[in-house]
Amino acid sequence: MSATIAGLARSGPGAFGRFARGAGRFARQQPLGTLGLLVILLMAAAALGADLVSPYDPEAADFAAMLAPPSPDHILGTDSFGRDILTRLLFGARTALTIGLASSFLGCAAGGLLGLTAAYWGGRVDMLLQQLVDIILAFPIIVLALVVVALVGRNTVAGIDLNLIAAIAVPIVPRAERVIRAAALGVRAMPYIDAARAGGYGDGYIILRHMAPNVMAPFLVLLSAYVAQAILLEASLSFLGLGVTEPKPAWGLMLSGDSANFYQEAPWMILFPGLAISLAVFAFNLFGDSLRDWLDPKFRT
Amino acid sequence: MLSFIIRRIALMVPTLLGVAVLTFFLLRVVPGDVVEVKLRSDGASVTQATVQAERVRLGLDRPLVNQFGSWMGGLVTGDLGTSMWTGRPVSQEIGVRLSLTLQVAVMAAIIAVVIAVPLGTLSALFRDTWLDYAVRIFTIAGLAVPSFWLGMLIVLSLLTVFHWSPPVTYTPFWRDPVQNMSQLIWPALAVGYRYAAVVARMVRSSVLEVLREDYIRTARAKGVWESHVVVRHAMRNAMLPAVTVVGLEFAFLIGGLVVTEQVFNLNGIGRLFVEAVTRSDFVLVQALIMFLALVFVVTNLVVDLLYGVLDPRVRPGA
Repeated sequence: MSATIAGLARSGPGAFGRFARGAGRFARQQPLGTLGLLVILLMAAAALGADLVSPYDPEAADFAAMLAPPSPDHILGTDSFGRDILTRLLFGARTALTIGLASSFLGCAAGGLLGLTAAYWGGRVDMLLQQLVDIILAFPIIVLALVVVALVGRNTVAGIDLNLIAAIAVPIVPRAERVIRAAALGVRAMPYIDAARAGGYGDGYIILRHMAPNVMAPFLVLLSAYVAQAILLEASLSFLGLGVTEPKPAWGLMLSGDSANFYQEAPWMILFPGLAISLAVFAFNLFGDSLRDWLDPKFRT
Repeated sequence: MLSFIIRRIALMVPTLLGVAVLTFFLLRVVPGDVVEVKLRSDGASVTQATVQAERVRLGLDRPLVNQFGSWMGGLVTGDLGTSMWTGRPVSQEIGVRLSLTLQVAVMAAIIAVVIAVPLGTLSALFRDTWLDYAVRIFTIAGLAVPSFWLGMLIVLSLLTVFHWSPPVTYTPFWRDPVQNMSQLIWPALAVGYRYAAVVARMVRSSVLEVLREDYIRTARAKGVWESHVVVRHAMRNAMLPAVTVVGLEFAFLIGGLVVTEQVFNLNGIGRLFVEAVTRSDFVLVQALIMFLALVFVVTNLVVDLLYGVLDPRVRPGA
């Protein structure tokens, strides 16, 4: 997405009109995908403006307001530390989107590069890589992420756990590799690749400038689909106490630990964070599905 | 047929060996091991000598290749080693928890298939009607709702309506089947919803594809009853991709139980895995990973064999 926008900025004034027309067509042909996109944009706005919208601190305890039910003061109630749930949800959107987007991008980019390389070289390189990918695919996604997160520990920079992002990206890599390789095999067979080779261009240059742009469509679809997976995964890991840790606000974390002790006294503690996770995953799935249909009519069923 | 099965089983060996090598060495490239985690958790100050002695006792001082060799030797002879944390045999740790997890997984699979096949088929037959939209919303939601949260909602509603909470210990099936089922149906539902959603989506798109085939038009043209066309001609042919998804998702279901078991207080494989990982109990972690990989390759084998049963064209030797 950002690559497209950067490309538009370079190509001058006519490009914006093209982009707007394309967006308009997407909105008409894919109403559900547009709905997903709107939810995503709304979440992004909430994440960015969390400080402006909410009068409360997401991390500071307020023991005067412990387990308060929803009221005009605390619209979605408070948790066992007296923290405002809505505030923590808004700041949690920041966590979910940052980690979701970053790990999906990291995983898809690494997997995509591997897939392109495998398709470009073919032969023994390709065979070895596919065997390795097959082996890694035998691990369930969450199992792999759990092992990596436990192995590498934490590495927090500017409030974001970089190792958590890497751990979520790892299981995405072989899955993205598969898809991009399949798409890139078709591109590899194109005459212009052989022409570029005959022209004496370097392998890296051909892979990045001639092959990569031609697998952009499946890449974008993968990217949005795996943001949904990554958000789910982050929530699961945080729920298990292996992802984002207290007092940082994260949706999965809000469901873990204490909240289970207050099932009956404070059901709002478990209701709203789960809704937030579901809505986010729902929106990205919806958008990803529509993007796939829109970019490649062959997939339509 | 037999030679096909033997060849398929032989092909499982390199995959499992790859998983073993990868797991073993990945677990050991990072600094820090179970000895430190274990001794630190006692809170007492530990001398370097104690750490070293414990390492020697667990065989951690030997070269990695040696350790790998004895692990492999053990695997071949059916000895999975001893948990570095509890000191109990790994096979025993897994054994006492296996039946619980497998039962929930099988129940979830049954729930999923029973819900997904009719829903997916109906959705395809009544394409673009309110029924189709309802099923599609139901299935898209199934992909979005985290199963552990669904589990929490189930517990919450059972608690509110029936004052039921997850039992501390679960009744084994052989002691009281009814009680056992009434306890395990809830976690099975929680993980089964997503499973059902994935399968239903596959059934829908594959029935839609089959309905476009010429033989469906032929069958209708020669006056075959519509119910016959749907069940005998369309569904039977549409089941192949569905079977693949059921198989693939089953292997991943056990992974998904990792999180959901916590919600229901289930002392199963998933919980054991989380404990083993957080304690750096590598012997247990690698055994569990091998177990999951084994489930994965075996379900793949079963799917391949089912192909032959469902579709004469891919029957080996035919």
